[in-house]
Amino acid sequence: MSTIHANINGLDRELPSGLTMSALLDQLALAPVRVAVEVNRELLPRRDFSETTIRDGDRIEIVTFVGGG
Amino acid sequence: MHDDCYRIGSFEFRSRLFVGTGKYATHDLMRDAVAASEAEVVTVAVRRDVLAADGAARPDNIIDHLDLRRITVLPNTAGCFTAEDAVRSARLSRELLEGLGNAGARWVKLEVLADRKTLLPEPIGTLAATEKLVALGFEVLVYTNDDPILAKRLKDAGAVSVMPAGAPIGSGMGILNRNSIALCLEYLKDGDPSYPVIVDAGVGTASDVTVAMELGADGVLLNTGIAGARDPVRMARAMAHAIQAGRLAFHAGRIAAKRYATASSPIEGVIARTT
Repeated sequence: MSTIHANINGLDRELPSGLTMSALLDQLALAPVRVAVEVNRELLPRRDFSETTIRDGDRIEIVTFVGGG
Repeated sequence: MHDDCYRIGSFEFRSRLFVGTGKYATHDLMRDAVAASEAEVVTVAVRRDVLAADGAARPDNIIDHLDLRRITVLPNTAGCFTAEDAVRSARLSRELLEGLGNAGARWVKLEVLADRKTLLPEPIGTLAATEKLVALGFEVLVYTNDDPILAKRLKDAGAVSVMPAGAPIGSGMGILNRNSIALCLEYLKDGDPSYPVIVDAGVGTASDVTVAMELGADGVLLNTGIAGARDPVRMARAMAHAIQAGRLAFHAGRIAAKRYATASSPIEGVIARTT
């Protein structure tokens, strides 16, 4: 199985090639409705998660809400 | 006891207290303090999710501790030091709130900060981000310093509310410059008296909230003043009362301050010899 590297929330990760965003979130045990995702500084709408394949070198931010003022 | 509803952009509220959700020891304490404050709007921040190792217990998500049917979430862009990052943060929070079905998806509390020491707003980036977010369809509530000229520029750029700081974030120093806040109110409400102005940041205790409301602010946004109090739930209740006291006093119209005494009891008929 070929692999790629992507940076997720600042950490380099080795991922199987062809992995979709939906599959990544599933692997990370993250509920899609609880997160918002950016790929290479562009918002990735939730409706596109299942059709978006993660590419080698992608910089991915997966965010949620925390307490703040 | 509330006075009339007021509007911010397309939103309508009764409570004039906006509370933050940061710095609480537990989510339960946060939830109890928010309830005691009677706030209808709470602020949250957007941060990287914790990527727990497979199978590990995930930390509690704050969203599970907010009554999203009753509360409008106001996402902030705290921690952003450039207009670009603030816009990214706002878009991410909109995506999150759309997914959660909360009306807060329509708006954002914009903060573009200048440095970590003061957390004072960076005025040029704040104006640029306001313009960009308005163009993207956001209702922008913009955190700014207490400069009336900049406040007016931000309103002209399309902000639905301008939120001048009473004092630096988390400082607890209260309303440091009443004259500047009064000028902000005058400039922002000139010919547009219902334009909402929220004093944001610096509140240390209930009297600070009352001062802001007495000056004519439409509301106050605070976090540390409650979260950092020894008894946050009791302080939240105090802040709610302080909003009411200040609002009533503003409407009642205070007497002018003057240097010398004016007797409250009549002079005529006094039995003592007066000097």
